[in-house]
Amino acid sequence: MSQYLILIYSPEGDSDAVTPEEWQRAMVAHGRFGEQVVEMGAKILGGEALQPSSTATSIRGDVVTDGPFVETKEVLGGFYLVDASDLDQALAIGKLCPSHGGGVEVRPIMDTSGG
Amino acid sequence: MTDRASRSAVAAAVADAHRREWAFVLAATARVAGSIDLAEECVQDAYGAALDAWLRDGLPRSPGAWLTTTARRRALDVLRREQTLRRKLPLLVAPLGDEEAAVHPGDVIPDDRLRLVFTCCHPALAREAQVALTLRLVCGLTIEEIANGFLVPQATMAARVTRAKKKISAARIPYRVPGPADLPDRLDAVLTVVHLLFSTGHTAPGGASLVRDDLVERALDLGRMLALLMPDEPEVRGLLALILLTDARRAARLDTEGSLVLLEDQDRARWDPRAIDEGLLLVDGLGRGRPGRFALQAAIAAVHARAVSWQDTDWPLVLLLYDALLVVWPSPVVALNRVVAVLMVSGPAVALAEVEALESDRWLAGYRYLAATKADLLRRLSRNGEAAAAYGEALALADNAAERAFLLGRISEVGAGG
Repeated sequence: MSQYLILIYSPEGDSDAVTPEEWQRAMVAHGRFGEQVVEMGAKILGGEALQPSSTATSIRGDVVTDGPFVETKEVLGGFYLVDASDLDQALAIGKLCPSHGGGVEVRPIMDTSGG
Repeated sequence: MTDRASRSAVAAAVADAHRREWAFVLAATARVAGSIDLAEECVQDAYGAALDAWLRDGLPRSPGAWLTTTARRRALDVLRREQTLRRKLPLLVAPLGDEEAAVHPGDVIPDDRLRLVFTCCHPALAREAQVALTLRLVCGLTIEEIANGFLVPQATMAARVTRAKKKISAARIPYRVPGPADLPDRLDAVLTVVHLLFSTGHTAPGGASLVRDDLVERALDLGRMLALLMPDEPEVRGLLALILLTDARRAARLDTEGSLVLLEDQDRARWDPRAIDEGLLLVDGLGRGRPGRFALQAAIAAVHARAVSWQDTDWPLVLLLYDALLVVWPSPVVALNRVVAVLMVSGPAVALAEVEALESDRWLAGYRYLAATKADLLRRLSRNGEAAAAYGEALALADNAAERAFLLGRISEVGAGG
């Protein structure tokens, strides 16, 4: 098994405008996603949703600036760390991952255990 | 003298084994080596060792088996020697045969060459990397040969191949033939790579020669290999037929001065009858069921191959096939080629209206054959001034010497006529 980070990029809406029903739907979608990953024989090792990119602070060298590191139309809104058998399974998981009108990037985790 | 004669015979046998067996040897070695890089190294070594060994011991009964055994033994040696060093390197994801059979009973194909092809053409790799990897790993071409084939600097091509191989191991792209659910899409990527290889060879995008025989030959080899390994896939047979029927016209595509001769004006006696027979046999065997884009293109090529002349071609059938092709493969190239069939069925005025509709669609903007087609229709309608302007536009987009010469010829022709 290998680890992959699934980065969820979505167009950023106004987070204050999210209705309780929309929130509920998103929670259900992610709950279902978690079940599907288990059914595939893979594992979710971790994952979080992020506060809006307007809350981000970037640091380059010593300079601290307001906003995300890279300005893009779709912003990083959350991530999952998964354990999958290979890239094909990781991509299958990525396809199932709810991205709220955006998409996901699948990145293999580097083994830094050394030796 | 005998010594030299046998040396050249052995060298020829090694070269022949390189051409025929490289993919098989590499694919079988990759499974043992657990890494494409190591497998490539060991296979290269095995071919290097073959010349001396075969001179000393005589030609082996099966060169492919000899090379595979030698390359695999080297791989195992290296693995044993460097066990601690290599332990931490990511290995190829290659489940053992039995294991895989238990997990996916439907998709066991007893030839590792397919694994190799599907790995090289994995959608996680950029198209140009897929093409380069296929030529390097499946066809055994050197980086220099690939770089020459695509007219890019050798360092660029080397970097491209290295990056792709690194991604295969770091991202763990599996060394596997995809399961039935993914097969249609993944196979389409493989066929696209082979077809791209063929079209790049058939009409070189730049440089002095129109056709690059080496690329065409490699595409043909790959097409034959796929047809052998996946005999039940109509699109695989369609692609092979398409390559055969298109390439059959090779000798007729250039005149004695090296200028481009259009299908319309080609001397059909110079078409290769053996390639045509082989291609037509494949097309006839395509059978029923909804045909894909390669089967349909092969069917169109077959109509041309059967026609004794341009005028005597079954144009209504060609148009019908293009209509079907446009549905399964809505691409600018198809739309434009369809216009030619419209011209032959309904005349230049109707065809010109179709070209103008395509122009306004903007999806063909900058496509070099759009302007050329429009120019040709205007010429047929005797609107010479407009034709000359359109030919000029086409000329600005053409890089190939033979195509440029053709367009310049037409410009002076319409200039003289109007």
